[in-house]
Amino acid sequence: MSAAEPIVDNPDENPAGSAGYGHVVPANVDLSHGGILYLDDITVSFDGFRALNKLTLDIGVGELRCVIGPNGAGKTTMMDVITGKTRPDSGTAFFGQTMDLTRMSEPDIAHAGIGRKFQRPTVFENHTVFENLELAMKMDKGVRATLMAKLKGEQVDAIGATLALIRLEEQAWRPAGLLSHGQKQWLEIGMLLMQEPRLLLLDEPVAGMTDAETERTGELLNELRGKHSLMVVEHDMDFVAGIAEGGIVTVLHEGSVLAQGTMDEVQADERVIEVYLGR
Amino acid sequence: MGFAAPPRPSLFPPAVWTGVLAGTAILALLPILNLTFADGSALHISSFTIALLGKFMCFAIAALALDLVWGYTGILSLGHGLFFALGGYAHGMYLMRAIGRDGVYQSDLPDFMVFLDWKAYPWYWSFTEHFWYCMLLVVLVPGILAFVFGFFAFRSRIKGVYFSIITQALTFAAMLLFFRNNTGFGGNNGFTDFKRILGFTITAPQTKAVLYLVTLATLLGALLLARSITQSKLGRVLTGIRDSESRLMFVGYDPLWFKLFVWTLSAVLCGIAGALYVPQVGIINPSEMSPANSIEMVIWVATGGRGTLIGPIVGAGVVNGMKTWFTSVLPQYWLFVLGAIFVLVTLFLPQGIAGLVRKLWARRTAPRAVADPAAGGVS
Ligand SMILES: Nc1ncnc2c1ncn2[C@@H]1O[C@H](COP(=O)(O)OP(=O)(O)OP(=O)(O)O)[C@@H](O)[C@H]1O
Ligand SMILES: [Mg+2]
Repeated sequence: MSAAEPIVDNPDENPAGSAGYGHVVPANVDLSHGGILYLDDITVSFDGFRALNKLTLDIGVGELRCVIGPNGAGKTTMMDVITGKTRPDSGTAFFGQTMDLTRMSEPDIAHAGIGRKFQRPTVFENHTVFENLELAMKMDKGVRATLMAKLKGEQVDAIGATLALIRLEEQAWRPAGLLSHGQKQWLEIGMLLMQEPRLLLLDEPVAGMTDAETERTGELLNELRGKHSLMVVEHDMDFVAGIAEGGIVTVLHEGSVLAQGTMDEVQADERVIEVYLGR
Repeated sequence: MGFAAPPRPSLFPPAVWTGVLAGTAILALLPILNLTFADGSALHISSFTIALLGKFMCFAIAALALDLVWGYTGILSLGHGLFFALGGYAHGMYLMRAIGRDGVYQSDLPDFMVFLDWKAYPWYWSFTEHFWYCMLLVVLVPGILAFVFGFFAFRSRIKGVYFSIITQALTFAAMLLFFRNNTGFGGNNGFTDFKRILGFTITAPQTKAVLYLVTLATLLGALLLARSITQSKLGRVLTGIRDSESRLMFVGYDPLWFKLFVWTLSAVLCGIAGALYVPQVGIINPSEMSPANSIEMVIWVATGGRGTLIGPIVGAGVVNGMKTWFTSVLPQYWLFVLGAIFVLVTLFLPQGIAGLVRKLWARRTAPRAVADPAAGGVS
C-alpha cells in the first residue's frame, strides 16, 4: 500500500496500447483519507466553450452523491473526465490519494475500479440475463482463461445475489433483448456490480423509466449505499429527493458547483431556485 | 440463498445429435457401398457421387470455418478462399514431389520447373518431399498469415466493410502472385497430374474412399470443436464482439486477442479443408484464390444460416449441389442463379435454411413450449 504505488501494468502484455484488459490483480486505491474521488479546479473547453469551469468536487468512501443540474451543465462531461474519455485542459482528478486519473487510459481507469453506466443502456441482447452477468464478472479476461472458464459454485452464488439485488431472478434465462427498458438499466447496473467497482458512476439511471421502475431503482440505489461509493447524475428532482436522504447533493451550473448541501438546503438556495428549480 | 446453477447443456440438443450422427453414418456408408457393390447393382454408389460428396465436405469445412468468424464474431471475410488455396498448395507440394520421375520430362523436378529450365528446387521447396512437413505447412502457412494480417488489421480497429474489402484485396493480390511462373508454384496451371499419396495410387477407388472418410472425420471433428468453442464462455465473448464490441471493452475484455484467436483458427480450418480438397479433385491452381470463390463461400454460409454451424455445412452442400446440376445443364446461367440465391436468401430467409428449419420445428412443438418455465414471467 505504498503511496507511490503505480497502476499495475505489464507492458509486455499490452501491445497496441490496450493496457489494462484482462488483469486480475486490482490496482490499489489508497483510501486512507476517507475520500475516493477528488476533482480539483477542472476546466474543459470545447472550441472555447467551457463545458467545465474550475470544477472542484470530492466524494467520500461509501457515499451516495447525487449531482443535479440543468441541461448542458457539464454533468456528462464531468463523468467523461473521471473515466478518462475526455482530458481536462487544466486541474487534477485523483482516485483515492494517489491515482491521477488525468494520466490514465480508459481501460486502466475501469480496471482500477471505476464503473460507469451510460445514459443509453447497452446490454448483450442475444445473451441471457445470467450470461450478461457472467460476462461482466470480475475474473481473468484473457483468451485462454475465457476458453477454459467453468463456473464455480461461489461464482454462481455471486451472480444469484446480484440477480436478487436487481430483481431479475425470474428473467435469468431470458435473452436480455426481451427485457423492458427499465430492466435493461438494472441489468446494466448489475453488470457493473459484478465487476466489483470501488466507485460507480450512474448517468441518468431513471431516464425513460416508468414510475414503478423509477421507484424500484431508488430502492436499489439505497441498498447499494454504504457498500459502494456512488455518484448519481439525474434531472428528476423527485427521484433525487427520494434517494438523497440526509446525503449531500451537488448542483452543477455552467460547468461549476453552484450549491452543495442536503436536499433541503439546496432546495432552499436562492441561486438554485433561480437557475434550475424555478424555471 | 440457493440460486439454481445454470443448466449445462450438452453439446447439441438430442434431436440435433441424432441428426448429426445419422448424417455421419449415412455419409460413411456411401464409399463402402461404392467399393463392395459392382456397377449395376441396386446398392452401387457411383465413384462420381463419392468424388462429388468428398469435394462438398471440403467446402463444408470451409463454410464452418467462415461461420466462426462471420456468423459468431461478425467479421465478414471475403478472402477465405486464400486460406483454402494455401492449404491446398501446401499439400500439393508434397503431391508434386511424390510424382517422382513419372512426369512427362521424367525429371526429379516437376514438369513446370523443367519447362522453366530450372535446375533445382527453390529453397522454399525444401523438405516438401516429406508428407509430415507439408501437413505442418498446411496448418502453419494459413495460420501465420492470418495471425499477422489479423493482428495489424484488428489492432488498427479495421472493421466492417473495410475489413472485408481488404481481405478481398489480399486474396486477389495472392492470386496475381501465384499466376506468375517465377513464383515457383506452376503459374496458371498450378499443380496437377498427381500420381500417388503416401505410396498409394491416388486414382485408386480405395485411396479415394480413404480420402473421403478422412474428410468426413475432419468435418465431424471440426463441427464438434467449433461447437464446443461457441458453447463456451469464449463463444459468448465472440457473440458479444459481434453484437456490441464497445460494451465488451467496458466489461474488461480486449477484443483484439479474441478476434485474433477465432480468425486464426478459422484460417487453419480452411487450410485443412483445402489440403483435403486437392488430392480428391486432383488439381490446385490460382483460380481458387479468385475473389469470386471467396464470395461463393459467403453465400454458402448465408444460405445455410449464419451462426448455426450446421447450417453452413448444409448450405455448402445445397449451393454446390445446385451448381453441379446447373453447370451441367445451363452453364452460362449459373452465376445469375447464384446471385439470385443470395438475393432471395437475404430478403426472405435472413436466418438461412437453419432458421427455416428452426421455425418449422418450433411451430411443430409450439403447444409444448407453453409449459416451459423459462418462458413465464415478464409482462
Ligand atoms: N464533444 C463536445 N464538443 C463540443 N461541445 C460539447 C461536447 N461535449 C459536450 N459539449 C457541450 O458541453 C456542455 C456540457 O455538456 P454535458 O453533456 O456535459 O451536459 P449535461 O449536464 O450532461 O447535460 P444533459 O443534462 O443534457 O445530459 C453542453 O453545452 C454541450 O453542448
Ligand atoms: Mg448528460
